[in-house]
Amino acid sequence: MIALLKRDLALALRSGGGFGLSLAFFLIVVMFVPFGIGPDSGTLAKIAPGILWIGALLACLLSLDRVFQLDFEDGSLDLLATAPLPLEGIVAMKALAHWLTTGLPLSLAAPILGFLLHLPAGTYFWMFLSLLIGTPALSFLGTFGAAITVGLKRGGLLLSLLVLPLYIPTLIFGAQTVVLLADGLSNTTAFAILAALSLFTFAIIPFAAAYALRVNLR
Amino acid sequence: MSRPNSLWEYANPTRFMRLTDKVLPLAAVGAGLCLLIGLFWGFFLTPDDYKQGSTVKIIFLHVPSAMMAINIWVMMLVTSLVWLIRRHHVSALAARAAAPIGLTMTLIALFTGAIWGQPMWGTYWAWDPRLTSFMILFVFYLGYIALWAAIEDPDTAGDLTSILCLVGSVFALLSRYAVNFWNQGLHQGASLSVDKEQHVDNAFYLPLLVSIAGFVLLFIALVLLRTRTEIRARRISALIARERQG
Repeated sequence: MIALLKRDLALALRSGGGFGLSLAFFLIVVMFVPFGIGPDSGTLAKIAPGILWIGALLACLLSLDRVFQLDFEDGSLDLLATAPLPLEGIVAMKALAHWLTTGLPLSLAAPILGFLLHLPAGTYFWMFLSLLIGTPALSFLGTFGAAITVGLKRGGLLLSLLVLPLYIPTLIFGAQTVVLLADGLSNTTAFAILAALSLFTFAIIPFAAAYALRVNLR
Repeated sequence: MSRPNSLWEYANPTRFMRLTDKVLPLAAVGAGLCLLIGLFWGFFLTPDDYKQGSTVKIIFLHVPSAMMAINIWVMMLVTSLVWLIRRHHVSALAARAAAPIGLTMTLIALFTGAIWGQPMWGTYWAWDPRLTSFMILFVFYLGYIALWAAIEDPDTAGDLTSILCLVGSVFALLSRYAVNFWNQGLHQGASLSVDKEQHVDNAFYLPLLVSIAGFVLLFIALVLLRTRTEIRARRISALIARERQG
């Protein structure tokens, strides 16, 4: 399993792709917001947590179709499915690799980009922390969507239609963690539920995604 | 025809067709009658509400369609489970047949709500938790239907949509409560409370029950009709495939 994780990470880092692209996409989304709504710093500060969360979420979505697609096309997914490893474990490793190459860099970049949006002082750490805790749920849910659409020719658009509704709770609790803090309220509940959501997806999504993969490999 | 020993015998498409051949006209006529009586009673024979005037009468369309929008998703969840566990094709086809009806019911609920909301709340749309949850339900229906449309092989499509329906149900429910949290966090207390059930008088309650029955029967008639169409389409494609081989 560790070998698989290393292989996926190496592929993502060396094949000129995933990791830099989603960061660049995140930067561009954040840069576009002032163009769209004007440079007034009060307005920007108010919407900054939401924009950062939505930007990170979309950047996560962008690299999902490659989670299984390449392995499916060159047949390595069939080999992995017949390997002695349980398919659920393989799915979990794939999701983890996706998170390490997108969710983790995005969480690290968010406070820096938050600076551009005049994110209220004192929320920078929580912006990072909420993304750090919340994006694994996005990666796992996205892996489920990727497993469902892996056999389709043009699954990209369908993938976003399937996965985005599943992201709603994570987005709400993730953004609320920061918004509540910016409003001077306690964010413990929102943060606890965000963490619970992530743990919940670790527990159930590998099984659902592995089932979908088995159907697609049939 | 001998008496069936269990409900599962209707999972046989031939038996299902034979049974629904009789049930379908009954359900259709029942739906027509109930809707006609319920809506006529509701629209013309009930008094105007002293605060809301005659706008309150949209309740006879709004409440049944909203109920059905949720119940149809639950029905799809049950039929998806039956397909995953017992592999009855009729079940998968029924889930497929129900989804567009559920989508339409969600739309009816959203639109009638908007029409009522304009004179009452002064706005067609507000990000009230209930409205938002219905919008979310609508998106879930869209994804489910799109997945059915995208996959050619019927068994693969049945499996994948079923697992999507299971996971989707969990997250739709989570979203519903997440939305409550979100709105509470952002806005003042719900000044736009939609708890209509509390102040429904008997004068409205009885015709409402009749129109709910009408909507349920309408759904049954439509879903049977659509499932029968799906079964026939499946038979035709099987026949064509056989002819090509032989």
